Amino acid sequence: MPRLGGLAFLLLAGVHSLAFSASPQPPQHGEELQITGNEVGHYGGVLTVGQRSEPKTLNPATATDAPSREVIGRLTADLIHINRASQRTEPALAKSWTVSKDGRVFTVNLHRGLRFSDGQPFDADDVVFSFEVYLDEKLHSPQRDLLVVGGKPIAVQKINQYTVRFTLAEPYAAAERIFDSLAMMPRHLLEKTYQDGKFAQTWTLNTPPGEIAGLGPFRLKEYVPGQKIVLERNPYFWKADRNKNRLPYLDELVFLFVGNEDAQVLRFQAGDTDIISRLSAENYAVLSKDASNRGIELFDLGPSLEYNFLVFNLNDLASKNLGEIAARQAWFRSLKFRQAISSAIDREGIVKLVYAGRGAALWGNVSPSNKLWVDQALPHPSRSIDHARDLLKSAGFSWKDENQLADPQGRPVEFSIITSTSNAQRTKMATIIQDDLSKLGMNVHIVPLEFRAVIDRVFQTYDYEASIMALGGGDADPNPEMNVWLSSGGTHLWHLGETKPATEWESQIDRLMQQQMVQLNYKERKKLYDQVQEIITANLPYVFLATPNILVGAKKNLANFKPAILEPATLWNVEELYFLSSSGSPSGAKQ
Amino acid sequence: MKTSKKNSKKRLIAAAIFLLALHLAILLAGFVAPYQPATQNRDFPYVPPTRIHFVDARRHLHLRPFIYQAVARADSLYEYTEARDQEFPVRFFVSGSKYKIAGWLPSHTHLFGVDAPAQVFLAGTDNYGRDQFSRILYGGQISLAAGLLATAISLFLGLCVGCVSGFYAGWIDESAMRLAELFLVLPWLYVLLAVRAFLPLHISPSQTFLLLVAVIGTIGWARPARLVRGIVLSARSRKYVTASRGFGASDAYILRRHVLPHTYGTLLTQAALLVPQYVIAEVTLSFFGLGLSEPKPSWGNLLANFEQYNVLVSHWWMFAPALALVLVSLGYLTVANAFHQQLQSGSI
Repeated sequence: MPRLGGLAFLLLAGVHSLAFSASPQPPQHGEELQITGNEVGHYGGVLTVGQRSEPKTLNPATATDAPSREVIGRLTADLIHINRASQRTEPALAKSWTVSKDGRVFTVNLHRGLRFSDGQPFDADDVVFSFEVYLDEKLHSPQRDLLVVGGKPIAVQKINQYTVRFTLAEPYAAAERIFDSLAMMPRHLLEKTYQDGKFAQTWTLNTPPGEIAGLGPFRLKEYVPGQKIVLERNPYFWKADRNKNRLPYLDELVFLFVGNEDAQVLRFQAGDTDIISRLSAENYAVLSKDASNRGIELFDLGPSLEYNFLVFNLNDLASKNLGEIAARQAWFRSLKFRQAISSAIDREGIVKLVYAGRGAALWGNVSPSNKLWVDQALPHPSRSIDHARDLLKSAGFSWKDENQLADPQGRPVEFSIITSTSNAQRTKMATIIQDDLSKLGMNVHIVPLEFRAVIDRVFQTYDYEASIMALGGGDADPNPEMNVWLSSGGTHLWHLGETKPATEWESQIDRLMQQQMVQLNYKERKKLYDQVQEIITANLPYVFLATPNILVGAKKNLANFKPAILEPATLWNVEELYFLSSSGSPSGAKQ
Repeated sequence: MKTSKKNSKKRLIAAAIFLLALHLAILLAGFVAPYQPATQNRDFPYVPPTRIHFVDARRHLHLRPFIYQAVARADSLYEYTEARDQEFPVRFFVSGSKYKIAGWLPSHTHLFGVDAPAQVFLAGTDNYGRDQFSRILYGGQISLAAGLLATAISLFLGLCVGCVSGFYAGWIDESAMRLAELFLVLPWLYVLLAVRAFLPLHISPSQTFLLLVAVIGTIGWARPARLVRGIVLSARSRKYVTASRGFGASDAYILRRHVLPHTYGTLLTQAALLVPQYVIAEVTLSFFGLGLSEPKPSWGNLLANFEQYNVLVSHWWMFAPALALVLVSLGYLTVANAFHQQLQSGSI
């Protein structure tokens, strides 16, 4: 049947051209590619990664959830990037920049001749447009807060086709870091939508791939609801390796929607996914048992930057109908009470039983792995039930029959700790703490609630007594912590909604945090932040518990895999990854 | 016919003795269990069940069983070896931690134990190093009590409604039976989940338990009610009942003297059927996290550990509560079967 044969040939040719349509474009005249220093690889392969929940949008200016940002991060690029391995800033779309003496004016020079993933040129107009979108007050982009320094939004000015000037109202210590992950968006595709006021609804998951363009290593190929998102190589990506091969090496990057961590482990073990991140210690142990047989390799990168803590409700409850909780706040407000609890908690036990030894105990908010900013002089008192009892005694507490602790008014000390059911680790910490505090005669109830219920109680209704939560982990720099430690901050959890600092030490922290934000000299800044850490440890608004190690795994034949402790731990250098053998996880027509 | 009757009687007695022994052990959990259910041994998480030895390393036979102490392996997680240098004989009627027999009589004698620093973990330990054998016994108190109480509630409600409905017939009967059908049709698990969502959050463990029992028991009155109603309907049309009425007997007298005795057999059979069902209902609720909270054990929250993949794969001894559940269910169902056969053959 010659006609069928011809049809088959055409189909094959069509399929082939589809497969090759995303092959890297040869360098153009005048295109300034950024050369990377990685080990040179070869083209080919499909990398499959699992996600715990589906992304909600592909719009860089409105995405807030982690899965969306994980995908968007591979589709877009920023001007100045924080290298996740070194934790320092490096040039990205900006090939160089100069800073004025007072630290307020950044003049940024862009690489010339770069193109978006649809082949259209990139220049200063796109930069100005992107910042206009991020700074738009009506759009409420989550990135806007980062761009407001000294109460005024950053000013953006085009100098020429490849130069942009940014002016800050005040010198800002981590100014370069602001630019990280601020995706540069294509004016030619989005300006009209933005002017029509429909920006927030654009670039959803259902948008046809042809309407989305970015400067990241990949571009959108396909979205299958409930199953996966497929990204293909961006043929115009602006990085190349030492041998002038345009990156990325991988043909495709697939995000599979796999569900919770246990499901992820199963898929990874079966070989359906090539990388797994954010492993818990037990699953790490399960995977490491037969790792070599399955051709996978596991990495323990040391303590993460997040901190888990026990927080007591010190909010102002006068207007709320929470009489019982208000009565108990008399205990929570006593510094000696909190110190006693901190002294009685078995942090080593938590690291051992909750993180299977793959974690670190914490007495402050800065993780030991944050070498640049951790205050090495902070005391790490070891656990002492006797010391805790002495503290309670000196605060007027006493023990009645059956070892029941009673406050100075004779009321038995009893309270509840709420935790999120979606986090097994923090619920386990609560069980350990419950047992520890029973040795002080405190009667502690653990109340696991659904995650949104916990957030609602801690942030809105204040209907809780104590809770175990976690913060941090975003960046090593202290500035993202402003929201936590400023008395007006949105995550100042123990006492939200303060119009002015409620205590002397909180106003001290306010002053110090504002000072370090504009201090450009690292040594001086470190001194200020050390003082903040000391005040926090002395006053214990949070009783710090522990931090887990970053545990990831990948197939052995994945080369250039360099996991880091900053997110995205495994995909931050996805353009450099390649497979040692020529096969990855098969998907689509090849050969 | 004769052999099957004899067999069923033998099986009934065996099952009854087994159940009695189990319930006694669980009632006296404080005595049978060597440790308290909440005691954490943080140096011994996920220890496999302690091996009982009779022959030591030097090939000597000991009459008294003994154990070796578990030692954690330095390099790997949750792996233990036995320290063969010292034997710890298992002693009986030892003195140990304080507890209260059946909740009121204080004592500190335990059925068995070993000298410090060794510990005997007959069913291994959990994530916090808590002895699973002790937790299963104490947990059985909760789970079995929930099953028994809920059964009592169901049967009492069913008996009341069934009697009234069957005896008076007419519209009372109609409406009661339609209501029963509604309850039979309800998907009980979702109703329980919904009820639990409405309850206040800060309730104490004992209140949670009672509330659970009340709810489970109240949902299940329909089947016993229908059965009792059938019996009452047939009984009340008997000639001796009519005769009794003719002599001026009151309704209450007729119910008590002539009708109720016919229901005993059915009630017994229903009881034996319902208890394991309600134990499983409590286990299901606790598995979903809606039952007792830490650190109180119940078979349900002991089994909830299996929600974690690594426990399912690496720590098989955590399955023991399921074994206990199966044995209890088998015991009760054998008894129910035997009752049913005797009922059919007219012995009850």
